[in-house]
Amino acid sequence: MAKRAAPEVNAGSMADIAFLLLIFFLVTTTIEKDKGLLRSLPPIDDTEVEPPIIRQKNLFTVNINRNNQLLVEEEEIPITQLRQATIDFLDNGGGTNQAGESCDYCKGKRLEDSSDHPDKAIISMKHDRETTYEKYMDVQNELVAAYNFLREREASRLYKKYYPDADKVFTAMLEEKEKNQFSKDEVLNERIETIKKLFPMKLSEAEPDKK
Amino acid sequence: MSKFRKKDKGELPAISTASLPDIVFMLLFFFMVATVMRDSSLMIENQLPSADQVEKLKKDRTIFIYAGKPSSQYKQFGVEPRIQFNDAFITVEDVQASVYQGIGEMTEELQSKVVVGLKVDKNTNAGLVSDIKQELRKANALKVMYIANTKKVE
Repeated sequence: MAKRAAPEVNAGSMADIAFLLLIFFLVTTTIEKDKGLLRSLPPIDDTEVEPPIIRQKNLFTVNINRNNQLLVEEEEIPITQLRQATIDFLDNGGGTNQAGESCDYCKGKRLEDSSDHPDKAIISMKHDRETTYEKYMDVQNELVAAYNFLREREASRLYKKYYPDADKVFTAMLEEKEKNQFSKDEVLNERIETIKKLFPMKLSEAEPDKK
Repeated sequence: MSKFRKKDKGELPAISTASLPDIVFMLLFFFMVATVMRDSSLMIENQLPSADQVEKLKKDRTIFIYAGKPSSQYKQFGVEPRIQFNDAFITVEDVQASVYQGIGEMTEELQSKVVVGLKVDKNTNAGLVSDIKQELRKANALKVMYIANTKKVE
């Protein structure tokens, strides 16, 4: 008996089948890449309680008009200056907070006519109905960026020693929290809360005027 | 004579394509793992604005609401920006009901952590967005995420 080699199986059609599947998946699926700005809306408040009076100097007003122009604290500025202006306002630390403590971590100019304490500083944003969403998002982004900048600064001041390699300490902390979301890390949570408390995000939005 | 025949036998063998399926399967598995199924087809233009302070979105607890001008195939709906939820246009008054419906489809432990993802075209008026937000407040879905493209930080 002569030994015969096993005949080679023709695999040409396998490639066709695989291509078919591949193309099916290419058209029916999308790659996940959704990212965005997370904000919380205020709950609807139907109680008749008078809102507490906020002193003008603790209020940072940002208005966008229908032509996408920016009015910040009664002054028209380009959007490139908004971030720094917001940081200056939040970080001013000119007075004391509710508990009478002065802001010992603020590095601002401590001006008399700017915010007392990050705790009291409120950003009030108002836009026109005709403002484009793009501009609205740009402004939101700058305001969030100001908070993030200050929180990063405080985080690296307080916790740099735990994250010596991290470029952005607060981001690193949030990422770590994200990683162990099923095993609560009390110390980490407490640190994040501390940072958030140093610069609480107080960003209120007024409803645009109905025409 | 025999010399010529021998030459005939020495033809090049066919190139083996056996590794081609392997390569294609590799691609296939990559796409199967890296992607998710498209859930609704967009009937509106949806150019997202860009931002650089973005956070990641948790897909499992998100309801998406789209808004923008109807795209070219849906010209019959006019040129005014519209709101889309799942596969249909809705009016501002329907937002609340749609959100409740979306929450109802979620697993119970995520229902309290619901995030509404707003995918709004950047050329839309911000007024429409605040209308949606007002409805969301009424529906008590208070966490919103303005979905944006990531802009590179200079």
